[in-house]
Amino acid sequence: MGKIFQFHSDVDTDQIIASQYLLFPTIEEMKEHTFESLDKQFAAGVQKGDFVVAAENFGCGSSREQAPAVLKALGVEAVIAKSFARIFYRNAINIGLPVIVCKDLYDNVKTGDEMELFLTDGKAVCNGKTFVCTKLPAYMQGILDQGGLIPSLNKE
Amino acid sequence: MGMTMAEKIIAAAAGVESVKPGDIHTVEVDRLMSNDGTTHLTIDMFHNNIKNPKIADVSKLVWVVDHNVPSDSPKTAASHKKMRDFAKKHGITFYEGKGVCHQIMMEHHVRPGELIFGADSHTCAYGALGAFGTGVGCTDYLYAMVTGKSWVLVPETLRFNLSGSLPKGVYARDLILTIIGQIGANGANYKAMEFGGEGLAALTMSDRIAICNLCVEAGAKTALMEADDTALAYLKEHGREPKHVFSSDADAVFAKEYDIDLSFIKPVVAKPHFVDQVVDAKECAGIKIDEAFLGSCNNGRLEDLRVGAEILKGHKVHPLVRFLVVPASNTVYRQALEEGLLDIFMEAGAIVMNANCSVCWGSCQGVIGEGETLISTGTRNFKGRAGHADSYVYLASAATVTASAIQGEITTADRIS
Repeated sequence: MGKIFQFHSDVDTDQIIASQYLLFPTIEEMKEHTFESLDKQFAAGVQKGDFVVAAENFGCGSSREQAPAVLKALGVEAVIAKSFARIFYRNAINIGLPVIVCKDLYDNVKTGDEMELFLTDGKAVCNGKTFVCTKLPAYMQGILDQGGLIPSLNKE
Repeated sequence: MGMTMAEKIIAAAAGVESVKPGDIHTVEVDRLMSNDGTTHLTIDMFHNNIKNPKIADVSKLVWVVDHNVPSDSPKTAASHKKMRDFAKKHGITFYEGKGVCHQIMMEHHVRPGELIFGADSHTCAYGALGAFGTGVGCTDYLYAMVTGKSWVLVPETLRFNLSGSLPKGVYARDLILTIIGQIGANGANYKAMEFGGEGLAALTMSDRIAICNLCVEAGAKTALMEADDTALAYLKEHGREPKHVFSSDADAVFAKEYDIDLSFIKPVVAKPHFVDQVVDAKECAGIKIDEAFLGSCNNGRLEDLRVGAEILKGHKVHPLVRFLVVPASNTVYRQALEEGLLDIFMEAGAIVMNANCSVCWGSCQGVIGEGETLISTGTRNFKGRAGHADSYVYLASAATVTASAIQGEITTADRIS
């Protein structure tokens, strides 16, 4: 079980982690600024196992991999959205952060709701309702299963 | 069945006869560009996370320090030093303070037919020379740096057939912002945007780069234009030969086609905080500005500076406005100097800066404060993109930005006598 943090459509990667923090030496130093422009309490409030839920086109804009990386470093279990921007989606899978497309979840939940995610079954349960999620293409699921692109490379 | 340009480039890179949208292929990547936005993290992963750290082909790598240059803090300086030292040790082609990465790539490296990964979203600019450029994160970059390869999901293509020519006082930037406004911020998500038609022939290389560069703001994976005589002349002038000139087959399948008559395009503005919030520039007339920015990989070329200087000549920058002029590369800078454009800007009260990303990415020079408004030729107007989270960025052409810098409020160039 984890808590939901809900965000709107077209959340761009500048909102996830702003430019002025990108050249900080490590992700650990950047992560406390996650979502700073949208929710100043997010970084302090989010706990391991929590979820980010968003509407359309989550992660649009810059290719900065710091965006999925700070979410993962803060313990976010998965990001579930109606749709994702391409580069964010790919970056998240590459670093082993589950990104899940679910068309119905966003409109039926709110920040603070408790949710359980069944990744391999492709479903989420929240407020007594079950939501069916779109499964990843097998190739990408394979990368995710190995913990990301670099762990998969190291096994080659 | 015929193939699109994007499909042909991927097929060639994968070493297969044909590909179709939705297929996943392992491809050989021709060139790998990275800048100071993420390279320090790539280097850390190279040292700490890779079992057999090696570079597959160092001649493919181009590294550019352009985002925070010259460095603005000890932390930035440390990240730059890491990048500089690594590049020197491994013999990586390295630029620092020479200009914005995409302009450097266009001037010195990109060839038609190449498949290029750039650790920067605006890598799609390379389509202006008929190359498949796509933005990636540092893990994808590192994988390709170590193996020379990557995986690519073949995208569907949206085809834009251009006809007619842009009216006087209307620019390529107005055109691409209009298209993004029309199809939306995710209108081309996961897709390639291909431009062609007789209207393309009349557009300069600078126009074409501006168009392709901004396609990621509609979510595009890449942007492509056939390398025609204009593109090949540019290439020759810069001392390079094409790898391969591809064009879409007559029976290629496009996900959707759009017919755009350039003569109907007007000056437009993208309002805060989304690039697809595009309106007729006249709707924004009268909005007070604190800063104006003429520069970036999108609109900081010689042609853009000429447009600005022509409007500014004989006028002064409004006393309450900081007008930042930032050439996209040192080549552009020196040409502008030679033509006397920088004299015009400085005479009028503009601040001419070194070639770099500047306020377009809001972390180095020219950042704006709480409640302030910027009108910009940069790439994005996201909330906080140019500085304080509660500030406002309007995107417009070099002409509209310069006219607004004179007036102290948003206006179009036809209002400046």
